[in-house]
Amino acid sequence: MNTLMDVLRNRPGWVEVKDEGEWDFYWCDVSWLRENFDHTYMDDHVRISHFRNHYELTHKNYMVKNLKRFRRQLEREAGKLEAAKCDFFPKTFEMPCEYHLFVEEFRKHPGITWIMKPVARSQGKGIFLFRRLKDIMDWRKDTRSSDDQKDELPVENYVAQRYIENPYLIGGRKFDLRVYVLVTSYLPLRAWLYRDGFTRFSNTRFTLSSIDDQYVHLTNVAVQKTSPDYHPKKGCKWMLQRFRQYLASKHGPQVVEALFSDMDNIFIKSLQSVQKVIISDKHCFELYGYDILIDQDLKPWLLEVNASPSLTASSPEDYELKTCLLEDTLHVVDMEARLTGKEKRVGGFDLMWNDGPVSREEGAPDLPGMGNFVTNTHLGCVNDRKNQLQQLFHSLQTQKKASS
Amino acid sequence: MLERANTNAGALHGCYGGLLLRYPTDHPVIPWGSTTVLCLPLAVASLQKPEIRLESLKEDIKEFFKISGWEKKLQNAVYSELNVYPLPSHPAAPPEHLKEPLVYMRKAQGSWEKRILKSLNSMCTELSIPLARKRPVGQQKELLNKWNEMGTDEPDLSLFRPVYAPKDFLEVLINLRNPNYENGDSLSFRTHLGLIQVPLKVKDIPDLKECFIELGLNTGQLGIDDSTQVPPELFENEHVRIGQKVLAEQDSAAAQQYIRQGSPTALRAELWALILNISSQPEDILYYEQLKANVIQHDLLVDSLIYKDVKLTASNDDYYFVFEDYLYQVLLCFSRDTSVLGHFAYNSASPPKSYIRGKLGLEEYAVFYPPNDWLGVDHFFKAWPGVIPFHGFSMYVAPLCFLYHEPYKLYQTFREMYVRFFFRLHSISSHPSGIVSLCLLFETLLQTYLPQLFYHLREIGAQPLRISFKWMVRAFSGYLATDQLLLLWDRILGYNSLEILAVLAAAVFAFRAVNLMEVTSLAAAEAVLADLSTLKVMPLLQIFLFATIT
Repeated sequence: MNTLMDVLRNRPGWVEVKDEGEWDFYWCDVSWLRENFDHTYMDDHVRISHFRNHYELTHKNYMVKNLKRFRRQLEREAGKLEAAKCDFFPKTFEMPCEYHLFVEEFRKHPGITWIMKPVARSQGKGIFLFRRLKDIMDWRKDTRSSDDQKDELPVENYVAQRYIENPYLIGGRKFDLRVYVLVTSYLPLRAWLYRDGFTRFSNTRFTLSSIDDQYVHLTNVAVQKTSPDYHPKKGCKWMLQRFRQYLASKHGPQVVEALFSDMDNIFIKSLQSVQKVIISDKHCFELYGYDILIDQDLKPWLLEVNASPSLTASSPEDYELKTCLLEDTLHVVDMEARLTGKEKRVGGFDLMWNDGPVSREEGAPDLPGMGNFVTNTHLGCVNDRKNQLQQLFHSLQTQKKASS
Repeated sequence: MLERANTNAGALHGCYGGLLLRYPTDHPVIPWGSTTVLCLPLAVASLQKPEIRLESLKEDIKEFFKISGWEKKLQNAVYSELNVYPLPSHPAAPPEHLKEPLVYMRKAQGSWEKRILKSLNSMCTELSIPLARKRPVGQQKELLNKWNEMGTDEPDLSLFRPVYAPKDFLEVLINLRNPNYENGDSLSFRTHLGLIQVPLKVKDIPDLKECFIELGLNTGQLGIDDSTQVPPELFENEHVRIGQKVLAEQDSAAAQQYIRQGSPTALRAELWALILNISSQPEDILYYEQLKANVIQHDLLVDSLIYKDVKLTASNDDYYFVFEDYLYQVLLCFSRDTSVLGHFAYNSASPPKSYIRGKLGLEEYAVFYPPNDWLGVDHFFKAWPGVIPFHGFSMYVAPLCFLYHEPYKLYQTFREMYVRFFFRLHSISSHPSGIVSLCLLFETLLQTYLPQLFYHLREIGAQPLRISFKWMVRAFSGYLATDQLLLLWDRILGYNSLEILAVLAAAVFAFRAVNLMEVTSLAAAEAVLADLSTLKVMPLLQIFLFATIT
């Protein structure tokens, strides 16, 4: 079920290049990027699927640093209220360097649960929950001793993050949302939001009493797959449309609009916070997988941003979603140079930020929040991408003919 | 009269003993000219007037009703009764006749019940499990702790099998015959080609057009006119506004009329509660808690069947698996709910009585199961355990989890839906919404309006009913996408009839007719119709009823 290969191979006019051949487009690994990007010459038209220093956004420790800095800047420039809009990231401390700051915070709130996450690993590996300092004392001893052997063992960075103890539950289960954001440039910032995504459920019922049971708390599909309860047929995923409908029938459409608008805020602010730091190379684009957790007060929290969201499909529905996502990504990247650059929607992608907020078509009602207009995002809404693409390319074709 | 007033009328339950009054027959609130005895809250006695004057009592009470909102509640209660109970009948008619006027239908239902009961009893004997037993205290505690996550339990259910599946029931229906009807004519174009061979009257498309007039091409619909291409000012916004108004007025009859055009997602839970006349009074919550206590204290064989059904169907569904725990909380209580017995008064099915051992035949010793008291529960009853879940039963409840989240609310809604509609889908009767009529309606529509398709399918050994039966028995739950299913169930409530299920089944065949004409086996036909999850219900219905050339 390799969606990427299928999409690339089926794209009309594209040819797969082996090994040392010259390429115009490369969907690469981050490891390849790290080793080769700096000494690879690329023509103007060439595109590659990562930014050089994406880790500013996608490694938890860098991200929290950038976000904190951005927040301070916002507070200076626009005041406390505006800065508060950045409070979507649970309190996080880098380990081991911020250990003392962490202990201070820890002592201020006795009894709450914290989660320790490795900075760069994915799929739920290496994560554990704790409530007592004792639990991490031993761990700290290990890292201290390995500091001495720095040259032999790479020190793995961790972050300690406040665990959200009141997640929104559906059917007694915890879940998180996977949302896809495509960035085609940072300077200026151009970001697209994909309409589809999914809700990942934990297979077991949520309870704070069993923090050792990582199956309860971690919703990554990879972890869930190893749970003794896991039945592959179940899939434990809902499409976002289903989730949006569920919330609307429970809380009404206005509440849902507010929640999704808060999520838009998360995407944009997180990208803005790294805008000046990321090397905005015109050859680069990146498809991020955002993990969002909703708490019982319907506040969304950012868990993390993934530079390489999983593209393997766990079910036919999943396969459909990911292949369409990749196709539309390639449409936006536009190697075929079909687009005018003025489009606000391509397939399932809506242009969310174009060096400034993007409004929906004229005539749409205004909502309070992002200035005077409604942002052009439709997360969890109907995705009639086939029709839209047909109309789009048809009209582009006629425009071309008319102007030639 | 009092019994009539006590059932289903949530409003009337809120009585705290008080005045009994006979209500005048010509009062506009009650449309039919019969008298009803009402209980009035004692609060009436403490009206603003310091003393109660007999001459003006009638007017004072009417006024009080209007101001306090009780008038609306009474209207809703009465309206709800009108929907549920059969029309008044001849005073000399015996009670079985009220349940089901046709003798052969009654007999068929009786023997079907006996068969199920026999099957259940033999399962008991085989597995050496009693039909009911009291739980030891330790187990009770355990269950109480696990009440909110019963889905985590993995009891060994491998020895249990569903008592019957829809296809077994279909075989019974296929063999139904009216002994008074002898169709001696040779085969002609009028011969019914389908599986159901009883002469019940069913509607044809002109009748259905009249009946479902609000689904017509000139009327706005949710499910069609709220799609992304249609600007919301044309229909959707106004429709939502009207819905909010209906809810504010708390008028059942208006809600039922309104919902024929579909319910907005945000208003659906309340609208359904209004139409089904469900109010969340403290005594309703208490009633649910009592049922829950019953579940904790006693273990029924039926429980294992419920567990098995949920695990096999809803838990495996991509969308309903999340609600697994709620399903147990509802269904386990449902199997112990004696008020469900009340619906048997108008259902051709009957709860077989069990007799305390040794007193067979003596009416005073007859016990209905589930029994009102649990004194005899340790005895091995050869009894009818209320409603026996068949394979797929839990799917009646699953879609409701989308709307209601408190277990008692979910429970009330499901019970109402069951006693109004769902029970008709698995009992044998001549009612126009009964499964027999629905099957016949489906087959007749297909044969009349798609004769070539019907004939072709029959020739290749793929009788259409064999494929569509399971859809209708489950009211399409689990086959359609949830949002489409809810739009369909809106119309069931709106028209107070299940006939739309048969119409939809025929519409689905019409939609896939081209592919079906090319298949050459039953298996291939099943494959063409295996996946209904992409279908849009309302356009299908509209095209079939109003846009096909007949």
